[in-house]
Amino acid sequence: MTVQSESAVGSVSVPSLPAKPSMLARITDKLVSPFFAILLVAYWEFHVRYFEVDALLLPPPSKILVSLWHGLASGLFLEHLGITIYRALSGFLIAMFMGIALGALISQFKFIEKTVYPWVVALQTVPKIAIAPLILVWCGYGSLSKIVTATLVAFFPILVNTIIGLRSCEQGKLDLMRSLKAGRWLTFRMVQLPNALPFIFAGLSVAVVFSILGALVGEFVGSKDGIGFLILDANYQLNIPRVFALLIMLAAYGITCHVLLRYAHRKLVFWNDQHNVTSA
Amino acid sequence: MQKALSLHDTTPAIELSGVSKVFATASGEPVHALNYTNLTIGAGEFITVVGASGCGKTTLLRLVAGLERSSSGTIRINGAPQVGPSEQAGIVFQDATLLPWRTVMQNVLLPVQVLKLDARKYGERARALLETVGLKDFTNKYPHELSGGMRQRVAITRALVHDPAMLLMDEPFGALDAMTRDQMNLELLDIWAATRKTVVLITHSITESVFLADRVIVMSPRPGRVVEEIVIDLPRPRTLEMINKEEFGKYVRHIRGLLGAGAHARNGATP
Ligand SMILES: Nc1ncnc2c1ncn2[C@@H]1O[C@H](COP(=O)(O)OP(=O)(O)OP(=O)(O)O)[C@@H](O)[C@H]1O
Ligand SMILES: [Mg+2]
Repeated sequence: MTVQSESAVGSVSVPSLPAKPSMLARITDKLVSPFFAILLVAYWEFHVRYFEVDALLLPPPSKILVSLWHGLASGLFLEHLGITIYRALSGFLIAMFMGIALGALISQFKFIEKTVYPWVVALQTVPKIAIAPLILVWCGYGSLSKIVTATLVAFFPILVNTIIGLRSCEQGKLDLMRSLKAGRWLTFRMVQLPNALPFIFAGLSVAVVFSILGALVGEFVGSKDGIGFLILDANYQLNIPRVFALLIMLAAYGITCHVLLRYAHRKLVFWNDQHNVTSA
Repeated sequence: MQKALSLHDTTPAIELSGVSKVFATASGEPVHALNYTNLTIGAGEFITVVGASGCGKTTLLRLVAGLERSSSGTIRINGAPQVGPSEQAGIVFQDATLLPWRTVMQNVLLPVQVLKLDARKYGERARALLETVGLKDFTNKYPHELSGGMRQRVAITRALVHDPAMLLMDEPFGALDAMTRDQMNLELLDIWAATRKTVVLITHSITESVFLADRVIVMSPRPGRVVEEIVIDLPRPRTLEMINKEEFGKYVRHIRGLLGAGAHARNGATP
């Protein structure tokens, strides 16, 4: 499972053991991506300074870092990031429970499938972002409207993936349970749900990004706090380095979620590590 | 041979009379998978079923298992009309059908868990069975860490763990190489000799069908029907040397003749 398929460039592999990349190869492997990033940032800094690009269009990385430092030191950024995370994460968690629960109900009961599923399919095609202003009207200026928007956006990928995952169960496994006269709930719990886990995780990793998007759009549409509010505010003041600094904050949260989810995926769906490349 | 005698004075374990199965298909044209099939299987008998691919062997087994409803005719299990799946049947599917998130032991204990049997008592039994099939050291491994033959052995152990009276096996050794297959056949006969369950085993190998069976059921190409039932009058316990005996060869040639040229291509696995 942990065997890496990349060939270790320039290393002598030990015979009979599964080819484990040499220390050097592994380190260079790990460093390639950060190295490129540093190169890019360095060029960015150079380009902006050398060609005297207007800081309103593209500030140099150094200015962004300074802005980030000020925002962090004053506590302003973290306070508002906390608010946005609270909204995005609440939306994500609600969407997760509702998406999995409704997906399970739709896959288990023909009646619910017939009545609810057509609506799900229809709603799925509506761009949820478009109704963010409406939600603001309905749910007010506070956190609720942002949580609702985040939930709405994150909900569908989870729901759809849950349904697909639960339906994808091999007939043979279902026959096995049927031959033992296992009930619906037992079959669901012991076979269909674990079988659907890889799909559900694929849905979750899409949804977690969507939930940030949803919270942010909610804040754009109308808010007096949160990262979305700060971005708009900085934009009005033409404080572009601060906009970039705030984007970095959001990216940090997004990456953290992604890493945590991938870790949970690896731990829970240990049996098909080989095909673990599904969700990007 | 004694089996054949006992047939007359006990209720048959499995009895099919006039059983047909028609599948509706997407194209609208119905598929006659099984046509007016009669079959009587005594308790403790070892039956093998051979026939060309697509002749309805799996359908027959699924009907007996209660996983499929017959279109017409009646199926009786121990004299009572068949109404659906029963814990009295242990089934080994064509592919092992293990649950990849469960260890070998957990897979074997699945029927115990579903049927709510005494976990401790059957845990001991599962351990003993796994030892018999040579998987004692693999109880905590996951299916993806096993070879194909090992997985099939786990599936067989799972079918046996709750001590069902019938064992229904759909080409259980189809994916194995000839050597492993021989070994698995001997293990299966050992288990059968010790427990005397009613066994119905589907196979593509004529040699295997003769080697294992009290009686070989030969089926015609679609729509499937029983062409002939051949009582295998070879002494038990069976040994691999018997395969080279003239008597054994006679059975094999006879069945091969019944199946015709079409079946030869699929019978490559065993000599
Ligand atoms: N659920 C189904 N729906 C429609 N047709 C089916 C279904 N199951 C089986 N059939 C058809 O019934 C026929 C018999 O199928 P069956 O699986 O019993 O064959 P088999 O003898 O087991 O073949 P093989 O040796 O290849 O496993 C085939 O023509 C198949 O296409
Ligand atoms: Mg078959």
